[in-house]
Amino acid sequence: MIQATYPLIFAALLFCVGVYGVLSRRNAVLVLMSVEMMLASVTINLVTFGEIARTADALLTGQVFALFVIAVGAAEVGVGLAIILLLYRNRASVNIDEADLMKY
Amino acid sequence: MNQVLTWPDVFMLLVGVVGGASALLVVLSRNVVHAALYLVVALLSVAGTFLMLGAEFLAWTQVLVYVGAVIVLILFGLMLTRAPIGPMAQHNENGPLALIVSVLLFGFLCVVIFGAFGGERIDVTYVGAGAIGEVLYVHWAFPFMALGFMLTVALIGAIVLARREEGEGPAPTDAETTVLPDQDFSGDVTTTPGRAIEEGAQQ
Repeated sequence: MIQATYPLIFAALLFCVGVYGVLSRRNAVLVLMSVEMMLASVTINLVTFGEIARTADALLTGQVFALFVIAVGAAEVGVGLAIILLLYRNRASVNIDEADLMKY
Repeated sequence: MNQVLTWPDVFMLLVGVVGGASALLVVLSRNVVHAALYLVVALLSVAGTFLMLGAEFLAWTQVLVYVGAVIVLILFGLMLTRAPIGPMAQHNENGPLALIVSVLLFGFLCVVIFGAFGGERIDVTYVGAGAIGEVLYVHWAFPFMALGFMLTVALIGAIVLARREEGEGPAPTDAETTVLPDQDFSGDVTTTPGRAIEEGAQQ
């Protein structure tokens, strides 16, 4: 038996810290790390709500969805780092405040 | 019964405190490599949360994929972009606004979570790898294959994006690889015998 609020609050904390990191960090790789934290908090929420629902279907579906989110996160990191490397090669900087070529 | 702090609660609190602190350090650290290493602790505590919720397969997948692969990829990204290793200012001018947004969001989520699930307890059911595999390969077989296809496409896309293109930057190996086919048609006049033997060995 475990309090339902503990994992949910932990997930909310991870998500909000990730939001702060995405909004305030300069280095693109650090922004990617914050996005990873937000994805991890989403997987915690999926598993926890699967456990709270107390049916076998919800339990397994939550965990399978969490597995899918982990796989999508791995693919996202691969493509994201390739884009960051391309940005570094063209602009010699990974400061995302300077990457405003497509902004206006 | 509702107020008793059981041992799983204590472990979950410990994991949550350690994970939350290291997540804050990821965002606040002025040294990029330290931030990546704190991210390891944060993701390991996510795996610990999965263990406390009875999702064993998911916990070890989290350790393998995130701590094993993604962190290595991120460290390579830091190295290849020549990120400054020492401490330096990493935050832009949006800092205070971002802090307000995230604190307000956290307060809102806390109110909602305590209002909906305050005092509720999870009866943790253990889910082994067998049950997950059965569901994944029977009920979720097609989405699983689509996921594999998506991973392949992402891999190819990453290679295509990160590859050095023609005429972009210095490419010292290009000269050697483009000269070799021309020399096959130029006959023995311009190529010395030793060079021809070398080419034959290479082909």
